[in-house]
Amino acid sequence: MSSIAKQLSETETTIATRNSLRKLTFVHRISIWWTIFKVSLEERLVYRGDFALGTFMRFLPIITQIFLWSAVFESLNPSDPSQARIAGFAFPDMVAYFLLTMVARAFSSMPGLASNIAKQIRDGEIKKFLVQPVDLLGYLFLSRLAHKVAYYTVATIPFAIVFYLCRDYFVGGWPDATRMSCFVMSLLLAFVFGFFLEATLGLVGFWFLEVSSLLFVYMLLSFFLSGHMFPISILPEPFQTIVQFLPLKYLAYFPAAVFLGKVPSDQLAFEMMMLVGWTAVFIVLSRVLYSAGLRRYSGYGG
Amino acid sequence: MPIIDIQNLEKSYRIYQKKEGLWAAVRGLFRREFKTVHAVRNINLQVQPGEFVAFLGPNGAGKTTTLKLLSGVIYPSSGTATVMGHVPWERSMDYRRRFALVMGQKNQLWWDLPAQESFRLHQQIYCIPKTEFANSLNELTELLDVSELLGRPVRELSLGERMKMELIAALLHSPEVLFLDEPTIGLDVIAQHNIQKFLKYYQEQRKITIMLTSHYMKDVAALCKRVVVIAKGSVQYDGSLDGIVDKFSSSKIITLQLSEGQGSEGLEKYGVVQSVELPRAQIRCSRLQVPATLSKILDSYEIDDVAVEDPPLEEVISSLYESVAEN
Repeated sequence: MSSIAKQLSETETTIATRNSLRKLTFVHRISIWWTIFKVSLEERLVYRGDFALGTFMRFLPIITQIFLWSAVFESLNPSDPSQARIAGFAFPDMVAYFLLTMVARAFSSMPGLASNIAKQIRDGEIKKFLVQPVDLLGYLFLSRLAHKVAYYTVATIPFAIVFYLCRDYFVGGWPDATRMSCFVMSLLLAFVFGFFLEATLGLVGFWFLEVSSLLFVYMLLSFFLSGHMFPISILPEPFQTIVQFLPLKYLAYFPAAVFLGKVPSDQLAFEMMMLVGWTAVFIVLSRVLYSAGLRRYSGYGG
Repeated sequence: MPIIDIQNLEKSYRIYQKKEGLWAAVRGLFRREFKTVHAVRNINLQVQPGEFVAFLGPNGAGKTTTLKLLSGVIYPSSGTATVMGHVPWERSMDYRRRFALVMGQKNQLWWDLPAQESFRLHQQIYCIPKTEFANSLNELTELLDVSELLGRPVRELSLGERMKMELIAALLHSPEVLFLDEPTIGLDVIAQHNIQKFLKYYQEQRKITIMLTSHYMKDVAALCKRVVVIAKGSVQYDGSLDGIVDKFSSSKIITLQLSEGQGSEGLEKYGVVQSVELPRAQIRCSRLQVPATLSKILDSYEIDDVAVEDPPLEEVISSLYESVAEN
C-alpha cells in the first residue's frame, strides 16, 4: 500500500518537474548546445586517419599555386619578374593572397554539408529532427562548429609553420588594428555565411531529390567567383563589377583582400555590412526553404 | 477522453508516373504525368490512455503513413488528429517531448558513437532531470540486458542489440505515447521474443499508450488486446484479435486422430480434406456444420482423438487482405 502511494507521489513529482521544465531556460539551452557540440566533437575524432589526412592535405595545393604563379609572373616580365604586376598584385602578393584564401576557406567551406542534408531528406533520416525536440539547422550548425574547432585545433600548428616559412611573401607586414579586426570578423562571418549558403542548397533537396548536379554547378561557380582560383579583382570589366556584387566573394576573396589592404578603407564598413546582410539573407532563406520543404515532404524512406 | 483522436484523416500523394523505356524517360523530362495515391483515406480512430493497439494491414495499406501523420512527420491532406491534445504536425516542442517514434528500419542513434553518447544527448534535448535519467537508464538497460554494450559503437552492434538501444533511446524521456513501426523486423525469434516481453512488461508497468505496426502475428497476439486492420487506406476492422477470426473466417478445422487400422477413405464427404498423414487427418468444414459433421464422423470411423480449431490467424488475415483487395 505504502509503496503504491510512494509511486503515485513520485509520478506526481515527475510530472510536476517535467511541466516546470517545459519552458526551457537559457541555461538549459546552452547546456543542450554544449552537449551537441561535445558529442559531435567526439564523433569527429573517431575517424582519426581521415581527419588527419583531411587536415594536412589542405596544404598541398598551395605548393602548386606557388609554382604556377611564379611561372605566370616570369612569363609576364622575363627580365625582371619582380616588377611584373597583375591587377596590382606582385608575385609575393599573389602567394600571400592564396595563403590567406586558404585560411578563409578553412572557415567558409562546408564539405559534405549540402549533400548530407539532401541525403537525409532522400532516405528519410531527417524524420529524427521532426520527431525529437531538436532543430535540424541548429543541430547541424553546432556539429559543424565542432568539426571546425577540431580542425583548427589540429591545423593551427601546420598553418603557423606554413605562414612562418612564407613570411617573406607578406611584404605589407601585419595590417593595422581596424583591418585586423575586420579580417577576424570576416572569417567568423564567412563561417556562418558559408554554413547557411550550403544548407540552403542542401534544402533544395526537398524539391529535387538529387542535388549533386546543382552542387557541382555551385562548386564550379564558387571555385571561380569566390576568388579561390584567382583574385577576382583581376577580372576584366564588366565581370569584375558583377562578381563584386555577388556574395560568393565573401567565402575566400574578401577576407584575404581585407588582410592585404585591397579593400579601400572607405568601403570596408560597407562591405562588412554587406557580408552581415548576405548572411542574414541566407539564414532567412534556409529557414523559409526548410519550413516550405517540410510542407511538401512526404516522409520518404519507410 | 481519448488520448489519440483521429477524425476523417486523409493523406494523398502525387507521384510521378515513370513509364518504361528510354524514350518515355526523355519525354518525362518535359511532360510528367502524375498519379494521386490515396495512402490514407478517411480514417477515424479513438485510442484511450493505456491501450496497446496493433495496426495490421498489407504492405502499402497506410499503416506507416498513419504513424507518420501522428508523429507529425508529414501533413495530412484533410481531416484532423490530436494526440494528448496536440495537433501532431504543428510539431510543438512540448508535443515532441511527450511521445516517441521507433522505426524498425530507421536508425536514430549516432552511428559512430557508443549508444550512451546518444542517450546523453537525449537527456539534454528531452530535459530529463539527472536522477530520473540515471534511474530510467538503469531500469531499461537491465530489463533489456544490454548494460555491457553501452560503451560499444552503435555500428558494431547486432540488429537485435541496436533495436534494444533504439527502444531505450525512445523511452528514456518516459513518453506517454509510443509509436512502434515494425520494431521486430528482421530479428530472429529469440530477439523478437525478448522485445515482445519487454514491451509487454513496460506497458503494463507504465500504462503508456502504444500503437504498433507489425507483420508478425506473434507480436500482435502477445501484446495487443485491440487490433485495427487497415487496408487500402481505411479501417476494415477494429476489435479484438479473436474477433477477427469470428468475423472473417466461417470455417473450422477438425483434426482427427484415427485408430490403428482405420483408413481415411471417404472423409471428403464431410468437408475439404486439408491433409492426411495417418493416423492424423485434417478436414475443414463450415463453422455451423461442425456438430453435425462431427457426430457423423464419429459414427462412421474409429477415432482416438478429436480437436476442433480455428484456422491459423495468418491465414484469416491474409484472406481478409485479399477480400479487401478484390473489392
